[in-house]
Amino acid sequence: MKTQQISILSRVLLLIVAALFAGSLFVPMWRIELEAPQYPEGLVLQLYANKIGGDVDIINGLNHYIGMATLHTDNFIEFKILPIVFGLFALTSLLLAMINKRKAVKLFLFTYVVFILLAAVDFYRWNYEYGHNLNPDAAIKVPGMAYQPPLLGYKQLLNFGAFSIPDTGGWLMSAAAVLLLFVVIKEYNLLKKK
Amino acid sequence: MKNKFTKAILTIAMGSALLISCKPKNSGDAVSGDAAQKAYVAPGKYDEFYNFVSGGFSGQLSVYGLPSGRLFRVIPVFSVDPEKGYGYNEETKPMLNTSHGFVPWDDLHHTEMSQTNGEVDGRWVFGNANNTPRIARIDLKTFTTKEIIEIPNSAGNHSSPFITENTEYVVAGTRFSVPADNSDGDVPINTYKKNFKGHLSFVKVGKEGQMDIAFQIQCPGVNFDLSHAGKGKSHGWFFFSCYNTEQANTLLEVNASQRDKDFIMAVNWKKAEEYIKAGKGKLTPTKYAHNVYNESTHTATSEIKTQVLILDSKELKDICYMIPCPKSPHGCDVDPTGEYIVGSGKLAALIPVFSFDKLQNAIKNKQFEGEYDGIPVVKYEAALHGEVQKPGLGPLHTEFDGKGNAYTTFFVSSEVVKWDIKSLKVLDRVPTYYSVGHLCIPGGDSKKPFGKYLIAYNKITKDRYLPTGPELAQSAQIFDISGDKMQLILDFPTIGEPHYAQAAPADLIRNNGQLKFYKLEDNKHPFVTKGEKDTKVVRNGKRVDVYMTCIRSHFAPDNIEGIKMGDEVYFHITNLEQDWDVPHGFAIKGASTAELLIMPGETSTLKWNPDRVGMFPFYCTDFCSALHQEMQGYIRVSPTGSNVPISFSVGTNLPAPTQK
Repeated sequence: MKTQQISILSRVLLLIVAALFAGSLFVPMWRIELEAPQYPEGLVLQLYANKIGGDVDIINGLNHYIGMATLHTDNFIEFKILPIVFGLFALTSLLLAMINKRKAVKLFLFTYVVFILLAAVDFYRWNYEYGHNLNPDAAIKVPGMAYQPPLLGYKQLLNFGAFSIPDTGGWLMSAAAVLLLFVVIKEYNLLKKK
Repeated sequence: MKNKFTKAILTIAMGSALLISCKPKNSGDAVSGDAAQKAYVAPGKYDEFYNFVSGGFSGQLSVYGLPSGRLFRVIPVFSVDPEKGYGYNEETKPMLNTSHGFVPWDDLHHTEMSQTNGEVDGRWVFGNANNTPRIARIDLKTFTTKEIIEIPNSAGNHSSPFITENTEYVVAGTRFSVPADNSDGDVPINTYKKNFKGHLSFVKVGKEGQMDIAFQIQCPGVNFDLSHAGKGKSHGWFFFSCYNTEQANTLLEVNASQRDKDFIMAVNWKKAEEYIKAGKGKLTPTKYAHNVYNESTHTATSEIKTQVLILDSKELKDICYMIPCPKSPHGCDVDPTGEYIVGSGKLAALIPVFSFDKLQNAIKNKQFEGEYDGIPVVKYEAALHGEVQKPGLGPLHTEFDGKGNAYTTFFVSSEVVKWDIKSLKVLDRVPTYYSVGHLCIPGGDSKKPFGKYLIAYNKITKDRYLPTGPELAQSAQIFDISGDKMQLILDFPTIGEPHYAQAAPADLIRNNGQLKFYKLEDNKHPFVTKGEKDTKVVRNGKRVDVYMTCIRSHFAPDNIEGIKMGDEVYFHITNLEQDWDVPHGFAIKGASTAELLIMPGETSTLKWNPDRVGMFPFYCTDFCSALHQEMQGYIRVSPTGSNVPISFSVGTNLPAPTQK
């Protein structure tokens, strides 16, 4: 029975995880950096839990040339759901520290991984949607060309180079994942030979 | 006999050879090996200094980089500029209003940057109008002219726009003395001595830069030429050079060059302030325009003011003192410590340097040699620190490097001479090409000069550039003065004719909160259109207001019908862009009001009177995007009394299936 409980260190780590989730509510999670000869200073699109930030108006202005739909926070249900999900994650981590059950932590880690996968799929789906669903009356039409930004990493889209990477919030969430994994490994003694 | 003849020939030949070898080498030799490297700023790299150069008879202000001499921008100030719509669009027309009505041109001679504690602070540049007397303030956040104030009781505002060390005042001294505005000017010209007065104006500068004439000092009728404020210990005083103390009204080149000495007039403006407080000023009727550009309405307004406060220098004895200065002094420059005042007599062969401390003592001990038209004249020797002997011919202007050296330009001998302020010894001299007038060292007339470069602004270029017919390039030359010897590193041509200039470290101007675009949400123009859905065309009798927007790459509306002959059409165009470097232009066929260049977030208005029935195209003139050439539209003009209704659209008025 005793082994079902978790160590003080792990409980402290769970508190940190809660703080990381709470913190990621206020900083951008993801960023797509754009660079072009006309924009040596660069443009950036920042995805927060609850909104789209950065040079969104300028990017919307430019996208009309290729017929890409304009981006508006209101068009994405995700920006309403994500803050709730992150809040719940923070609360759950807090509860886990109190409940003191290693199985619960394992279950939460599993849930979180599933969430990350779903989020990635969702992000890809939107990227695909915006990159391919182009207005046929657009001024610039390049046969066979789509403007789907990369899920992660760099891609050249006409005169723009697009670089898609986690922003502060993304790194906080990654840290949360690593800490949770560490807690599970530690509590289940996965690294020690039996 | 034959031998003698040969000897004679030989002697002549050798003599000639000697003579020829004595002839100085030509100007090409003045440039040494590493000059190009010193003036070179690689592509994509920034210059070290901004240089704000007066445009002279162009009436504008040009902005160059130092040490590259690259031209960045010409800021319209006193002259209309069809390129930018300045003086043509409805918003900026009031900027050029004066008591004489709309004046489209002037002659900008001097620039002066605002200062805090005697150091350039990067907020504003002031410029003077030498013909119809005015002072302009140019804002360095937008590099645009924000305010122009006319100077009454004056003609030819030459000794201007010099400022005090905290920009308390910017001054104006009249070059021409004239009968005062409220007196009868319809008098014989040869009654100069009796009827003509010289007025010095002290224009107060507010926290936001707003200008207001605090007071004028009425002085004897002479020509006021240049001026500089005291600084440090001499803060509270202003020094004006004056010539034509002969009070000639004709053939001044002879008649105003008679006296051995004219004057530098020292003005105790702190004392003048006390007299104003004591109620000694007289409010006098006059008329002058005060024009202000409002950044939130993007519109200038002009107000005619009707009175000015005047102090009489004859009555109030301890405001003004005359210091004798040889031969029609021109430049009047104060060193960074505020102790030394350099007067440059343009016909003199020496430079007198006056001491502020000695001047104070002379005034205290009443070491006067008499009065000039009621103003005490201090004894020359009593105020003199010393004279620079044999510096050159025709000294004009002096600037300082902050290391105890002064640099004076010589028009007649065409050179810049470096000398030590304390010992008055000449240290170095370099030729200029040709006949240098003003010079500029970054911060060179402030308490804190950045003595790395010296720029000479020349009056004659002759053979320096490829010739361009009768009128040749105007030019400046940059010298490296970081070492003991001045070194010419670059010639660069300028716009108009350069007179005085100012320069400041690039970072001071770059980091002063410069604007990248105007915020659309803050736009309070009475005819602003903040989105395409608000565009409209409104008829009110003969007046038609077009509320138009532009964004890459279209105007809205771009098809307009129902305009008739005799209409007065106002295009109020708002640039909806909210990004840096995306201006749009607007031009319509046949318009006598030039074009508009509209910055992001700004609204500008072009007035247009259609002159014939027919189709009038309009288009964007500033290459804005890949589809700039598609950014165009049409206006249909119908005869007076036509029943074509007002209509306007963008993107909906598609090609008709059949012909008309």
